[in-house]
Amino acid sequence: MESCSSEGGTVVMSAVTKRFGSFAALKGIGLSVDRGEKIVICGPSGSGKSTLIRCINRIEKHDGGSIVVEGCLLDHRLTNIDKVRREVGMVFQSFNLFPHMTVLENCMLAPMLVRGLKAAEAEDVAISYLRRVRIADQAAKYPSQLSGGQQQRVAIARAMCMKPKIMLLDEPTSALDPEMVKEVLNTMIELAGDGMTMICVTHEMGFARQVADRVIFMDEGAIVEEGAPEQFFRQPKTQRARDFLSQVLH
Amino acid sequence: MLDFSIMADAFPNLLKGAGMTGRLSILILLLGMMLAVPLAYARNAQSIWLHGPASIYILVIRGIPSLLQVFIVYYGLGQFSFVRNSALWPIFRDPFWCVIIALGLNSAAYTAEIIAGALRQVPKGLVEAAQALGLSWFQTQRKVTIPLAVRAALPAYENEVILTIKATSLASTITLLDLTGAARLEVSNTFAPYEVFLTAGAIYFCITTSLSWLLRRFEVRLSAGHRNEERRVKEFQPVLPGIPDH
Repeated sequence: MESCSSEGGTVVMSAVTKRFGSFAALKGIGLSVDRGEKIVICGPSGSGKSTLIRCINRIEKHDGGSIVVEGCLLDHRLTNIDKVRREVGMVFQSFNLFPHMTVLENCMLAPMLVRGLKAAEAEDVAISYLRRVRIADQAAKYPSQLSGGQQQRVAIARAMCMKPKIMLLDEPTSALDPEMVKEVLNTMIELAGDGMTMICVTHEMGFARQVADRVIFMDEGAIVEEGAPEQFFRQPKTQRARDFLSQVLH
Repeated sequence: MLDFSIMADAFPNLLKGAGMTGRLSILILLLGMMLAVPLAYARNAQSIWLHGPASIYILVIRGIPSLLQVFIVYYGLGQFSFVRNSALWPIFRDPFWCVIIALGLNSAAYTAEIIAGALRQVPKGLVEAAQALGLSWFQTQRKVTIPLAVRAALPAYENEVILTIKATSLASTITLLDLTGAARLEVSNTFAPYEVFLTAGAIYFCITTSLSWLLRRFEVRLSAGHRNEERRVKEFQPVLPGIPDH
C-alpha cells in the first residue's frame, strides 16, 4: 500500500478530535488548506488553536479523525511522521532555540542530520537564510546573547533552512516585548511573499489583514467562523467572533 | 607533637595505597555510569515495567549502607555453590572486583537519580523543536537532550565522584591495601596513628579537591556562551530593508 499520495490539498483535516484527560481540546475539526495559502487562526486562549497546528506535524497526537499532510496520512507510522516533519517547519511562541549551540549551529543541525547536507553546504544554506532575516552578523553568538526579537528571527531562519513546503507559526510574537513585535512581523510578511503555505496562530490582526487569504476563528475546540480577512473583520457572522474582535482590536 | 620523619617514611607506602584508591575509583565510577544511563532512562519512562524496577533498585540501594553491600558481595555470594562453581567465581573471590561490583552498583543508583533529574530538566519545548525539525529520537537525545542534561548534572555528579572516592576506603575492610588499608598497615608497624592517618587524610584531601576543581573548570567551559551572565541586548536595531549584512 502506498503510504503517501500527491492528491488533494496540502493539509486536509477531517473530524479531528483531541482530548487532554477529560478536556476536549479539539471537537471535530475539518480544515483544508491549499498549496501556497496563508491562513491565520485566531480565537480566545484555550480555544484549541495551538493544539490544532501542533497536530499538523504530530507534535501532538490527535485522537480521532484524519489528518493528511502533503499526501501523507498522519498515524502511528513513523515513516509518514518523518516525511511530514521534513516538509513542515515550525516556529514556537517561546523560540525554543538550542541554548548550547550558536545561532549558526542551530540553523545547520537539521539540514545536516535530516537532509544529509555536508557541513559546508549546510553553512551556506544557514548563512543565506540568516541574511534574509537580517541577523547573519550574529551567527557566532549564542541564543542567550540575543534579544527576543532576534531569537525569534533566528528560529524562523532555522525552520527555513529545511526548505519546508508548509510553515506553522504558533503565536510567534506573543512572548516578545512590544518594541520587538514589528521586526518579527516584517520577517513573517517577507516569508509570506515566498509563496510558502503558512498557517499562523496569532492575535496580530494587522498581520492577518495584510497577509492572510483566510482567517479562521476558533472557540472551545471548534472552528466557529472562517472567511476572507476583510469580510471577517468588517462583518463577523457570529456573536462570539464579534466579542473576540472587540477585545483584541481595542 | 608531629613526628615528621614517621610521616615521610610512611609516605611512599601511602602513595601506593592511593594508586589502588585511584584504580578502584575509576573503575567504580565507570561501572556506575554505564549502568546509570539506562537506569535513568528507565526511571523516566512512561511504562511501569521500566520505571517500576528502576525505582525499586534505586530505593533499595540507597536504603542500605555501602559497607553492608560490600560485605554481601564479598562474604555473602561465596556461600552459594552455584556462584563458586560458575565461571565468574575468580571475580567474586577477588576482593578487588568485589569492591568494584558492590560500590559500582551503589554508585549506579545515585548517578541514575542525578541523570534522571537532569534529563527531566531539559525543557520540553526544545525536544519539540528538534522533533519539528525532523530529528529522530536518538538524534534528539544525542544533540539536544544529553548535552543539556550533562551540563545540568555536572554539579551534582561532582559530589557523587567525591563521595565515591571516599567510599573506596571501605575496601580496606576486605583486605585490600587502598589508601586507608595502607595507612592501617603503617599504623600497626609504627604505632603512630596520628601522623599516619593525618598524612593519609591529606592525600585524600588533595585527590578530592583537585578533582573537584577540574570538574568545575570543565563545567564552566561547557556552559560558556549559553549561560552568559551579561546579556548583550542591543537596545536599538532598526530593520533597514535592502542593506545587506556583512
